[in-house]
Amino acid sequence: MTFIRFVGKTCGFFGYVLQYACVTHCTFEYIGDFVMCSGPSMEPTLESNNILITEHITPRLQRLRRGDIVIAKSPSNPRQNICKRIVGLPGDRVKAHFPRRSQIVPKGHVWLEGDNSSNSADSRIYGPVPQGLIRSRVICRVWPLDKITSLTDF
Amino acid sequence: MWIRNFCRSLFFGIPMGATVLDTVGYVARVEGISMQPALNPESTNTDYVFLSRWAVRDYDVKRGDIISLVSPKDPNQKIIKRVVALQGDIVNTMGYKSQYVKVPEGHCWVEGDHTGHTLDSNTFGPVSLGLVNAKAVCIVWPPRRWHYLENKLPEHRKPISSSY
Repeated sequence: MTFIRFVGKTCGFFGYVLQYACVTHCTFEYIGDFVMCSGPSMEPTLESNNILITEHITPRLQRLRRGDIVIAKSPSNPRQNICKRIVGLPGDRVKAHFPRRSQIVPKGHVWLEGDNSSNSADSRIYGPVPQGLIRSRVICRVWPLDKITSLTDF
Repeated sequence: MWIRNFCRSLFFGIPMGATVLDTVGYVARVEGISMQPALNPESTNTDYVFLSRWAVRDYDVKRGDIISLVSPKDPNQKIIKRVVALQGDIVNTMGYKSQYVKVPEGHCWVEGDHTGHTLDSNTFGPVSLGLVNAKAVCIVWPPRRWHYLENKLPEHRKPISSSY
């Protein structure tokens, strides 16, 4: 009898763990999550090892605006995320590095650039980025504690 | 009391369902003629396919796989195509702006089976693997069409040179 009760208790416990894991998954996938960024491409706005709160609702509803900082999957490596600022929306005229001429952002794409224009691999190198790769929009920075700032204008 | 129970099951039930659909896969209807004859062989009835999210969790797609991906032209639209070439391959294109294209790193070349009636990489170029949404595994509806979708690539659509 004790064994059966032990099995029942264990199953119940794993059921709880599963339920909360699913709720966590959905929160991080559909509402918002925390991102730690690294690399120099967004200096001076963001520095390495800053922790950001991002939300997933705006990109899903296609309500992105020029000037938003977004997290996107890197076009050349889907396992890696990039953090850049939206500079151009479809139809805008932007300037690329290679080939060095201005072009128009095609439909369904955005033009992403890092704030640190001298040290950033962005759309000027790999061209416009499909909107489907954008995962989330940055709302504010929560770490380090003395630099808590909102990074979006409402 | 039953209201509390109901809310509780709703609070846990919806996320559990969404998580299963997100990680394991889901069934979707195929629209359009771009994948004839593998899918929708007659335009009158539509096939329902099981799309496996689990199979592409690490973005490993193979040449010949049928995948669903977010359209690069319209992020609200999902399209279903066959992978023709992977990164590093050189493809002989059909109507793209250059005749031979080397697929860049992290990208793949997708085409519909119904040449000439499909909007695919020959129009919008190589697509990033990050746009891949799921892999089509089998047709589930109508029942007489139930079968696994095989991984096959016509001989003349094989890449000219493969990286590996």
